[in-house]
Amino acid sequence: MNRLSDGGRVDRSAPLRFTFDGVQYTGLRGDTLASALLANDVLHTAPSLYRGRPRGIATAGVEEPNALVQIEGPGAEPMRLATTVELYEGLSATSLRGRGRLDPALDEGVYDKMHVHTEVLIVGGGPAGLAAALAAARSGARVVLVDDQPELGGSLLAGREEIDGRPALDWVADVRAELTAQADTRILTRSTATGYYDHNYLLVAEDRTGRPGPVRQTLWHIRARRVVLATGSHERPMVFAGNDLPGVMSAAAVRAYLNRYAVLPGRRCVLLTTNDHAYAVALDLVSAGAQVAALVDTRPRPPAELVDSARRAGIEVIAGSAVVAARGGARVQAVRIAALDAADTISGPVREVACDLLAVSGGWSPAVQLWSQSQGSLRYDEALAAFVPDEAAQNVDSVGASRGVLDLAGCLDDGFAAGARAAALAGFPVAVPPTPPTSGDGRPARPRPVWVVPGESGEPSDWSEHFVDLQRDATVADVQRAIRAGMRSVEHIKRYTTIGTAHDQGKASGVSATGVIARLLGARSPGEVGTTTFRGPYVPLTFALLAGRERGALFDPVRTTAIHPWHVRHGAVFENVGQWKRPRYYPRPGESMEAAVLRECGAAREGVGVMDATTLGKIDVIGPDAGEFLNRVYTNAFAKLAVNSARYGVMCRADGMVFDDGVTLRLAQDHYVMTTTTGNAAGVLDWLEEWLQTEWPELRVRFTSVTEQWATVAVVGPRSREVLTALAPELDVSNDAFPFMTARQILLANGVSARICRISFSGELAFEINVASWYGLATWESVIRAGEHLGITPYGTETMHVLRAEKGYPIVGQDTDGTVTPHDLGMEWVVSRHKDFIGKRSFARADTARTDRRQLVGLLPVDPAVLLPEGAQLVADAEVAVPTKALGHVTSSYRSAALGRTFALALVAGGRERLGETVYAPLADGGMIAATITDTVLYDPKGTRRDG
Amino acid sequence: MTAENLPTLHALRRSPIGHLTDVLAEHSAAGRRSVRLREVPFLAQLDLQLHQHGSAAFDRIASALGEPLPTTPNTAVEAGDLRVLWLGPQEWLLIGPDGSAPATADLLRAALGDEPGSLVDVSANRTTLELAGPAARQVLEKGCALDLHPRSFGPGRCAQTLLSKVGVILHQVDAEPTYRLLVRGSFAQYLADWLLDAMVLL
Repeated sequence: MNRLSDGGRVDRSAPLRFTFDGVQYTGLRGDTLASALLANDVLHTAPSLYRGRPRGIATAGVEEPNALVQIEGPGAEPMRLATTVELYEGLSATSLRGRGRLDPALDEGVYDKMHVHTEVLIVGGGPAGLAAALAAARSGARVVLVDDQPELGGSLLAGREEIDGRPALDWVADVRAELTAQADTRILTRSTATGYYDHNYLLVAEDRTGRPGPVRQTLWHIRARRVVLATGSHERPMVFAGNDLPGVMSAAAVRAYLNRYAVLPGRRCVLLTTNDHAYAVALDLVSAGAQVAALVDTRPRPPAELVDSARRAGIEVIAGSAVVAARGGARVQAVRIAALDAADTISGPVREVACDLLAVSGGWSPAVQLWSQSQGSLRYDEALAAFVPDEAAQNVDSVGASRGVLDLAGCLDDGFAAGARAAALAGFPVAVPPTPPTSGDGRPARPRPVWVVPGESGEPSDWSEHFVDLQRDATVADVQRAIRAGMRSVEHIKRYTTIGTAHDQGKASGVSATGVIARLLGARSPGEVGTTTFRGPYVPLTFALLAGRERGALFDPVRTTAIHPWHVRHGAVFENVGQWKRPRYYPRPGESMEAAVLRECGAAREGVGVMDATTLGKIDVIGPDAGEFLNRVYTNAFAKLAVNSARYGVMCRADGMVFDDGVTLRLAQDHYVMTTTTGNAAGVLDWLEEWLQTEWPELRVRFTSVTEQWATVAVVGPRSREVLTALAPELDVSNDAFPFMTARQILLANGVSARICRISFSGELAFEINVASWYGLATWESVIRAGEHLGITPYGTETMHVLRAEKGYPIVGQDTDGTVTPHDLGMEWVVSRHKDFIGKRSFARADTARTDRRQLVGLLPVDPAVLLPEGAQLVADAEVAVPTKALGHVTSSYRSAALGRTFALALVAGGRERLGETVYAPLADGGMIAATITDTVLYDPKGTRRDG
Repeated sequence: MTAENLPTLHALRRSPIGHLTDVLAEHSAAGRRSVRLREVPFLAQLDLQLHQHGSAAFDRIASALGEPLPTTPNTAVEAGDLRVLWLGPQEWLLIGPDGSAPATADLLRAALGDEPGSLVDVSANRTTLELAGPAARQVLEKGCALDLHPRSFGPGRCAQTLLSKVGVILHQVDAEPTYRLLVRGSFAQYLADWLLDAMVLL
């Protein structure tokens, strides 16, 4: 066991059993899976994806390149990192080589969302973030503090610093207590800010596993007046031969395992550093009982007091040198150390030192991912050897290590100032709190980065064990190959080598990769190469979290009409029309759809049918200029329409293509009510508002959506008049008193006020009864009662489609596709020659006058029993060689009770000149259907049935 | 219609989620955090649009209602038993008790006089859900992107917004807080289902 007997943030009274790769182990509450594995002397992860090299846990956080695991059991998740999975009782995980496996079982977990606004959002709960939160919260402003760890403290959790003369974590506890006491301050732990979008809009993923309540994860949508990024920094790996061996670990991770998790990950250690950080790690290792065989510092003259303190602890400091190779089989067994000259070339003998752990600090890369997502710029700081935030693009400040401030006092100063500044800029001025005295973490001296530690032999193109990206198995040799292939841009090299494209997105290795590229290109500094683009999410998210509660029954709104309960009770089969559920047909027990539709069509043609037409869009158009407005948006004229009369109209876009159609009724001199297609109701209202507000603001007209004010019951068929007579005895329904395309306002027998229109979408005598929607169900039921003795038959959208197609009435969106003019539909009669309207000028274009445009025609399959598939392409010749040019395609196709055969509508090039010709529909299964082109109106072409 | 046949007529009415009355009541009692949900059906609603501010009609309507129409965006005023919600630069929704639409419409038509404008009875267009209690705001925050903090959105504020995937008119009527959600009838079942789910997950 590698567990230390005391210290750390783990609870030795709370052992947790877990399984890894089928073996049972015990860890402690407070462990991550990685720290628990290391405590059990399990260092190895799955071997590398492409080269099968042994790999081990290399870090202690989100930057981990190796330790991918699959969480098994209920709530199984692929591709988690052992270094970020909190240990829990019964956890079962397996090591993962590359891609994970999705659990095929339904995810029963609950994923939720929250939307909050705040004056100040602070990302990161380390010393800088805590200081910022404290300062901002004292202003009374709303403050949200987000941190990805189970407890606040950030780097302090892994260190041994003091604040105000006490252990730093005592200060953290005080800050937390003060923040918790503030009514408008919210602390989100186990929460990762994953995306930073426009207008200070951030997404935060909160893991609530093991917390009270049923919610597993919550996605927070946070809008902040000011953002303070205190995201810390990632320690960089170094690039040398064998740097991927298990036992090569980030020095910061070694310190975290020692101090936070009380785990000693090695017994005989060597440290390799470019900066001051490794010295504290080395001393911590010694005091934990480990042997430190050597501390190798790339700097020829490291700070004397650090060297002295190390030597006093019995540590040999080897300055101006580097580990040029790690040696070992399954784990590092020794390192080879050599002096480097100013040009980073080996300048002395190589000496081998045995060890089982190599702790590496290649310098610090500020975690600028969110800053960059916010579109803030970066600059390369030569003194820090790091990319740091430069110009902000939004209302955001970066503080502490995330902008290169590495000492504790500096981080506190930075945080207090930024927190107070953020609150003040959000309208809550507050004093900057004084920074308490600190110890244990002074300002570091200048580092000496070594981007490529040379191999003991060969050229960069030979250095295929100098790993740049461990997960991608990409090496210095790969980078060199990219450069030799002519690439210079870091973005190109990234894509060629796949460096930085794995799950970790190069969090730790990205800047190292830039350094390698700069070195191999002979650039003066990594600043000349730059970084790749940082994109969200910062850590992998589950799709279930993005979906939240909007799955299953809540996936999307299901819109239903007031009459819906009747449809359900009477066995309707529904179809989705946009978000609406509309009855498609009403099968009798054992009846097929085909039989039901033929029966429903027969009733509407021979007797009486009834349909729920509520979903049609309805817009009240009111004002003295209503008629003029409608004249401009419809291709035909409405200004002179008589009161209580209705007219069918077509709307085009400016390109002259049909956009919507419907019947508009004039209720008064200054009041029309327009109907639109079901799916386009909102689009038409937007279209009307756009033209009124942006083009014709002088017109005195206003629109009000009344789609849901009215329930509409269509009573259709030669015997519909009898139903109306029973329903509205006071209404004279004779053709003379109530002609086609007129409307009447009347009280029904049951006292309900109704607007009744004689409108037909079937060619039959028909009435549409409009009542306030809360009377919709009662009105429908009274229609059914009034028609019972006539065998009144409810029918659905399928029958409606057949009836209208038999009459050649097109459905916008089914028989049209945005490339069809009214003329193409054979509707020259609906296009006014006398007035201007939207789209008119497009009809003067040569293209809209082409004679070979696709035109709507009818099709009669030569075999009257064969149904053409909708969407089938049409060709002129049955023997034609493939590929060939299609003449057009089938837009609608049905079996007709009235015609006693199948028929279809189609768009066919120059179709109206081809009446009587035969076209062919080659099918996917190799079959071929021949059909004759006809006029679109196949039933009652003279319109004799309209008036009953 | 006459006053005598009103009870008969009202017996014919169905509100979009009238069948959920008991379900809403049960969930209101069961929540671990206090929040109540009910439907307030059949409220009178009139959509009023004018053509320009400061018109004589605007002043006449103020006299008729006893209160000027609100001109501060996304605010509501109370005028007798009416609540008047600002919906747009020249658009208001007047909400009154069940059955009051014809009388209010007559009043407004008279005040409008000859000026252009539009007045449409939309009482059956939307139903009203009332969400109240200390945790009501938290329920809304699960699906509404607006800032509902008391400093930004208090009693007398209203907005046309999305809750989950449903367009609503959101109106806060008191500080408890009590919110009213005006939703088109076809969306009411989905919205109620969504709210019940959010209440359970508090």
